[in-house]
Amino acid sequence: MEVLWTNDAALTANELRDTLAVRDEPGRTVATTTMLTVLSRLERKGFVARTRDVRPHRYHALLSREEHTAELMHEVLDRSADRDAALARFVSTATAGEAATLRRLLDELAHR
Amino acid sequence: MLAVSAVLGILALALAWPVPVALSRADWPARTPAAALALWQAIALAGGLSMIGCLLAYGSSPEGSLPATVVALAPHLFDGPLPPGFGVAEIAALTLAVAVTLLLLLNLALVAVRAERERRRQHQLIDLLSDPLPGEPRTRVIATPVPLAYCVPGIRTATVLTDGLIDALSPDELGAVIVHERTHLDQLHHLVRLAFRAWHSAIPWFPIANRAERSVVTLTEMLADDGARRAKGDDALRSALERVGNAGESASFADAASGADPDGAMLAARLDRLGSGSNASRDARGPRIAALAASVVLVAVPLAGYAAILGIVP
Repeated sequence: MEVLWTNDAALTANELRDTLAVRDEPGRTVATTTMLTVLSRLERKGFVARTRDVRPHRYHALLSREEHTAELMHEVLDRSADRDAALARFVSTATAGEAATLRRLLDELAHR
Repeated sequence: MLAVSAVLGILALALAWPVPVALSRADWPARTPAAALALWQAIALAGGLSMIGCLLAYGSSPEGSLPATVVALAPHLFDGPLPPGFGVAEIAALTLAVAVTLLLLLNLALVAVRAERERRRQHQLIDLLSDPLPGEPRTRVIATPVPLAYCVPGIRTATVLTDGLIDALSPDELGAVIVHERTHLDQLHHLVRLAFRAWHSAIPWFPIANRAERSVVTLTEMLADDGARRAKGDDALRSALERVGNAGESASFADAASGADPDGAMLAARLDRLGSGSNASRDARGPRIAALAASVVLVAVPLAGYAAILGIVP
């Protein structure tokens, strides 16, 4: 995921595997099929998308890391009933500071 | 059997209105949150049991016990004449008892499934976005300036902190926050909260359920605070609470302390306990023993009623 986030262009499973192999310890390469399994799992969860018009399929991150983080913060701060049952926050008041910071983050993302 | 029904009915009414109102206004729960939490659970359990028991006892009064009633009614479930002694009122009471039981159980299941789904989604995002905090197991850090700490309970647990929080707090304060969250996880507070959440969502029009859920959430926060106090001391926790609760502008906090906003009132109540020092725990012995004794009695009464309904005792 980290590699997809730092790469602007979409990558094929093979390219992704090679990048990972260089970055981590050399000599410990995962099989392309493993890579494809992980990618399709990420696709199902909505983290990556693939371009299907050319073979091999090219994968790219659907949202940036910052966008995912903002989304996560949004979910934690959101005081809907289901969230309340699922999580426990240290201080449940959505303080003006938290709200303002989150709003600024979302604005920055929107303007990019 | 009608006497049993009457006793359970009176108990159900008492537990549905005056008792929870009095308890949510009392000030002793802050001194002994564990006993108060036990009492709230006893009230909810006894209230539900006696409400259903009251209906069952009334509905099965012609036959004298519930098993006998089931035997008498089962052959005529979909057609046929009613057995002697049974009227519309008895049948309505039995139907209502079944309906209330199903409503409560299905709602509990629904709330549990939703919470589990939310947690799974949280874990997915946390796995992708966070890094482990060195030296603290199952604690993750997310890179964002929003100052925030929370925990994801369940079979797989996680305590999540943000960069913004770590920057805002001293190491001692941060330690207090981590112990606070870990106490939530260790004491399985999410299960109690889930039960009261489900109760509230089953009967949302009922003002007491809202009050009960609020009180239970406050008490679990206080218990988690106690864990943090034992580990890191009152001062670290107090300054952490003030800093996180006060991260924005002081105006929002002043509003909150006046009690206009329930979350702010909860924070004010938690801070209040930290100032009162150790003599508070000595005052708490009386209320603690009384609360635990009341819990036992409250649950025992409807259980005795059920023994009568089931025909175990005459």
